[in-house]
Amino acid sequence: MLTEFLQQLVNGLSLGAIYALIALGYTMVYGVLRFINFAHSDVFMVGAFAGLYLAPLAPAGSILGGLVVVGGAMLASALLGVAIERLAYRPLRQAPTLNVLITAIGVSCLLQSAGQLVFGAAPRSFPVIFPARALSVGGLDFSSNQVVVLVFAAILVIGLRLIVFHTRMGAALRAVSQNPRAARLMGIDNDVVIRFTFALGSALAGAGGVLYAVNYPTIDPLMGVLPGLKAFVAAILGGIGSIPGAALGGLLLGLVETFVGGSQYSTYKDAIAFALLILFLLFRPAGLLGKARIEKV
Amino acid sequence: MKFVSLLRFATLLAVSPALHAAEPIKIGEIASLTGKEAAFGQSSHKGTVLAVEQLNAVGGVLGRPFELLSEDNQSKSGESATVARKLLSREKVVALLGEVASSRSLEMAPIAQRAKIPMISPSSTNPKVTEVGDYIFRVCFIDPFQGTVMAKFAKETLKARRVAVLTSVSSAYSVGLAKYFKERFLADGGEIALEQKFAEGDKDFKAQLTAVRAAGVDAIFVPGYYTEAALISRQARELGLALPLFGGDGWEAPQLIEIGGKAVEGTYYSTHYSPEDTAHAVQAFVAAFRARWNGETPDAMAALGYDSACVLADAIKRAGGTEGPALRDALAATKGFAGVTGTTNMDPARNASKSAVIVTIKDGQFKFVQSVAP
Repeated sequence: MLTEFLQQLVNGLSLGAIYALIALGYTMVYGVLRFINFAHSDVFMVGAFAGLYLAPLAPAGSILGGLVVVGGAMLASALLGVAIERLAYRPLRQAPTLNVLITAIGVSCLLQSAGQLVFGAAPRSFPVIFPARALSVGGLDFSSNQVVVLVFAAILVIGLRLIVFHTRMGAALRAVSQNPRAARLMGIDNDVVIRFTFALGSALAGAGGVLYAVNYPTIDPLMGVLPGLKAFVAAILGGIGSIPGAALGGLLLGLVETFVGGSQYSTYKDAIAFALLILFLLFRPAGLLGKARIEKV
Repeated sequence: MKFVSLLRFATLLAVSPALHAAEPIKIGEIASLTGKEAAFGQSSHKGTVLAVEQLNAVGGVLGRPFELLSEDNQSKSGESATVARKLLSREKVVALLGEVASSRSLEMAPIAQRAKIPMISPSSTNPKVTEVGDYIFRVCFIDPFQGTVMAKFAKETLKARRVAVLTSVSSAYSVGLAKYFKERFLADGGEIALEQKFAEGDKDFKAQLTAVRAAGVDAIFVPGYYTEAALISRQARELGLALPLFGGDGWEAPQLIEIGGKAVEGTYYSTHYSPEDTAHAVQAFVAAFRARWNGETPDAMAALGYDSACVLADAIKRAGGTEGPALRDALAATKGFAGVTGTTNMDPARNASKSAVIVTIKDGQFKFVQSVAP
């Protein structure tokens, strides 16, 4: 009984870590621009495909090779994120948020359809990039890939925190998030900060895409839809705009989904996870770590 | 403008004698050529194309060649109904061939039934498909038989007493097959220790598999499609579950081994035919298929796609025309038609009763285990 509980805990954490990585991107963009970047889940997909095409170039099944592939996918995703921001969102900087939101959905559709054209619509199998071992500790079984996901997620979240709180760029980012006009008056170039936010968030999504593909080795152009939706929920659950909140929300959602999935109610896995979310938000509308803010209408 | 109409006139002149002699018989085909179950649609489509080409090479039927109009539903729900309407109303096809997945066959069946145009599903095994109406046929066995075969196999060959079942709740095929398997396995004195569910598009099955592990079973029955079966096998092995997994004909695709790798070694599934069968008809088909499609070995979906077109051609010949009701009657009267997947006899419920084959995966290859007669 205890073994089963601990095993589900491991399963849930490694699933939740991926949701957390994607949720960070949603929350960062929201924190700075106050809109949900729906194209984020497709950047995640492009990250996985970048990994697929980079994999043959790196030594297979080695830690170094794996790092190269993840790093390359992060770079590709960051570039894509910056391009999306430049081409789709910057021209709408002064427009109402709703316009930007609809544009984001449009970009998402564009990436999905372009993905089907370029990568093909059939699922592709993802190669082995990290050394794959089956590990067994005290009755708990997991793959080395699950460990890789957890370690990566932890490093990236800590790294992100360091960037946001201990660099000049991070300070600028927080300033723009608090008050874009005041930030500009203080001599901050908002466009640079926003570009940086997109690069960072998209790089995390790219890493998430490769790590997801490592654990669930079939990828297709629509693979981002479901994890993207869940990560979005995780970001809300944690308190949108809050970085530790997004990480926490991701882990929590992964755990709930896993525990319900392993119970006799597995049919209602997603239904229960989302019902919990609604209940939770009824009592704490700002999310776990979000600050309640009065919106001026 | 003038030039174009002149050109059109010229083309008309050039082809009109041929047109006059033999207006082609239009057949509509709906398959998942892309998307999640693309392997099914591609195989089935290649089999059907080969059959049509072979039929046309000997002059077609009733002196008329066949024209195959293929539509892709991208493995999406909703799409099959749309393209079925298009094929029936715009292209005026005389019959529909498709789909592989039962859920998608169930989408197009009511449309064919209403239009009184016969539809033949090559490989949908859920009983509900042909229950839609008297214009809906299939050339494969149905899940009550497949479920029985696998229940007997689990008990007698795998010596399993306690079995866990992992069902996809969003697939009519999976739910049906799980039900028939359970009925038979329980009747034979077996025990279903645990039943876990998942939904279409899921990729993480570790939660369900951890529960399976805690239940302590002898084998896991996975009535799903190949992508899920491969991922479930992998994750079961990662959780240290070394017991046999087995499923139905939804597992039949090269992608099962491609995605599953070593994890699918020693798993079993039931299907409709084996290319290792030494019967003359099978070997002739395998040779022709390889010659047509770059040396590819046909799987069960390809063989059934081939048979569906041949059964239709045979019925058109016997009906002496392509009128819906006459063609329907001829299809219903199909008796002793020798195809690649065995002899097709249409029963009163418009299902074919045929033998099942059990296949295992050994050293990265599909291997024939045994054949089970109905």
